[in-house]
Amino acid sequence: MDIVGKRRIFLTISGILMLLSIIFIAVFGLRQSIEFTGGSNLQVVATNGKTIDTNRLKNLIESQGIKVISVTKNTATDVIIRMETISDEKKNQILSSANKSEFSLEEKTFDTLGPVIGQETQINSLKAVGIAIAAITLYIALAFRKVSRPVSSWKFGISAIIALIHDVVIVLGAFSLFGVLFGVEIDTLFITAILTIMGFSVHDTIVVFDRIRENLLKNVHNYTFAKVVNNSFNETLVRSLNTSITVIVVLLSLLIFGGESIRWFIAAFLIGIAIGTYSSIFIASAILVEWYEFDKRGIKIGKYFKPANLKK
Amino acid sequence: MQRARIFIILTFIVSLILLVLDLPGKIDFRSVKIPFIENEKKIADFVYDPANISIPLGNFIIQKDLSYRLGLDLQGGTQLTYKVIMDDVEPDLRDDAYESSRNIIERRINLLGVSEPVIQTLKVGDEYRIIVDLPGVSNVSQAIDLIGQTAQLTFWEGDGTPVASQSGNTNPLYLVMGQLIGSNPVPTDLTGKDLQNASVVFDQTSGKPQVQIQFTNEGGRKFSEITKRNLGQIVAIALDNQVISAPVVQSEIVNGTAVISGNFTPDEAKGLSIALNGGALPAPLEVIAQKTVGPSLGIDSLQKSLFAALIGLASIIFFMVYIYKKEGFIAAVALAIYTIIVLFIFKLIPVTLTLAGIAGFILSIGMAVDANILIFERMKEELRRGKPRDIAIKNGFSRAWTSIRDSNITSIITTIILFYFGTGMVRGFALTLFIGIIVSMFSAITITKNMLLIFENKENIKKK
Repeated sequence: MDIVGKRRIFLTISGILMLLSIIFIAVFGLRQSIEFTGGSNLQVVATNGKTIDTNRLKNLIESQGIKVISVTKNTATDVIIRMETISDEKKNQILSSANKSEFSLEEKTFDTLGPVIGQETQINSLKAVGIAIAAITLYIALAFRKVSRPVSSWKFGISAIIALIHDVVIVLGAFSLFGVLFGVEIDTLFITAILTIMGFSVHDTIVVFDRIRENLLKNVHNYTFAKVVNNSFNETLVRSLNTSITVIVVLLSLLIFGGESIRWFIAAFLIGIAIGTYSSIFIASAILVEWYEFDKRGIKIGKYFKPANLKK
Repeated sequence: MQRARIFIILTFIVSLILLVLDLPGKIDFRSVKIPFIENEKKIADFVYDPANISIPLGNFIIQKDLSYRLGLDLQGGTQLTYKVIMDDVEPDLRDDAYESSRNIIERRINLLGVSEPVIQTLKVGDEYRIIVDLPGVSNVSQAIDLIGQTAQLTFWEGDGTPVASQSGNTNPLYLVMGQLIGSNPVPTDLTGKDLQNASVVFDQTSGKPQVQIQFTNEGGRKFSEITKRNLGQIVAIALDNQVISAPVVQSEIVNGTAVISGNFTPDEAKGLSIALNGGALPAPLEVIAQKTVGPSLGIDSLQKSLFAALIGLASIIFFMVYIYKKEGFIAAVALAIYTIIVLFIFKLIPVTLTLAGIAGFILSIGMAVDANILIFERMKEELRRGKPRDIAIKNGFSRAWTSIRDSNITSIITTIILFYFGTGMVRGFALTLFIGIIVSMFSAITITKNMLLIFENKENIKKK
């Protein structure tokens, strides 16, 4: 399969996906959990099995002077109330007053976070992602330093990072959409998923690049750069797919059988790994080749390969 | 080949031992009997209890609790994050105040009877924070009240100024005391520091709970002087900003014991005695974050994730055997051994398992398979080029190793970053993933390789 020849198509698809994601994020934004904004989340179940009237519950709480941000339904009898930061005592007051009136509620979980911690978490998350990107770029450049021709080792690193950023942006875009459709929030677990996806996505990319490196160093048949990349891709395709399938199978079982609190965490992973595999196979190498071709146009051939080595 | 064989046999034996150690809960070997042997002898005469492992080694005994540690989200409980308000504490005394706050909290929690609490100190910028994990706590409000209470016990007497209806002081404590002992209450030098011990007793006649306190020698002396001075008058006992008792002194008390009777519920009395025994906090605390998981949700999550892990493992094994057939079976066995080793490491360190942590473990299983796949694919390539099987295996390994190493290192980098920046759940995930990746590299290189070598040899021998 000639992916290198068809690379324009894949780059275009990715470009569109990224554009869509950026639009979603700009328009809908990302719904942040209380871990980033501060506030309180109270999850209650109706012990009498009756559907909870979310409007009346909201009014009840607000009548006690507490600002309610949203009341979301997990099921008809399982509801999450998001409000401004309140103390444990106040929460107990809410529950007892609700149970004195028409409700019969039992607390399932209660999280409360002051706003200062929220800001901290935001900054820490951004720092973590930034450092991860820097560390990975550095590592790849180091690992591939022996391959300076015809493409410098930095190009390997940066191509991998571009593929990685592509993955992260698309996952963010997807979750921006999910935030609107399903009310999903971004929390620290989501950031964890993003960071792990970054690790995995690069993992895949490296296997392909590793093969490219090997073939370049040998280059017995004096193929062009594009052809070397294409061959490497074909050789590693089976392995990439198999690995991704095993991880996806495991994640699917977690998604279906796992607990509800990590459901979206796993969903983020699934999307991330699927996109990550796609980008490692189709995008990372495409970027590498595009870059090489782009550079070549402006510079004499002699700088990269000796004329005798290059077959066009 | 000999080396490979020995290695594999050793590995199997160790794995079997670890498998037994991996099991949750107790196993009573005394009830396991060998059938058909006369008198049905027992296999062994002891009970294996993972929570109490002790191995005698000459003069030493290694004692370890090898039960699984479960995070709050799997067993239910509360996590409270406190900030120590250091505004009234001198800067150079702050570190001491921080440490003693932590110790006092720990004492109070232990007295409350919480099993396996975790108390961590975490300084963020200028903020002195203490994070308390209380697993399985059903009465969260009581715990919060108890931990957060400064618990400064003070004794006050009147100085003779008569009780006035208005007092110049707007402090609610003084207002209340003003009505009891006169508008100029004087703090005595007797405080909670002079306490030796506090306990809950029940009044003989009314059955109401009370707190009995035992003073130190010095405290006893002070107390006898106070009671002598205030015979027939009220002495006010205050805890922080509240008067909790205002008894009339009946007689001079020289035995250094006193009973505080207010309108206590049994829980309040218990809380008070714990707070007094633990000591007063040097600085007040404020709750800045709280996370509570109900116990039913916890158990539910645990069961679900274990089931998911099982299904995941089974699917991978099925997949590997289907695609790679004989080698796939070897990889499946290596994977099973891998799982056993990782679980044992979780017990040993110990790693507190959270939902995310289990997810990390399951993910690492997927990645462990990856290493095997890389090796097999390389092997197939070598075979396609016509190399004999044993060379194909060796080459497959050496070629694949650079890929495995480089790709796993990036994942390891992200787990280290996650561990450094994360808290709680995130850290659990980073740790399990990290351990999983390291062990998977080990298992692919050593176990898979040696098993392949053995089976190859057997095949060659059969052919000849």
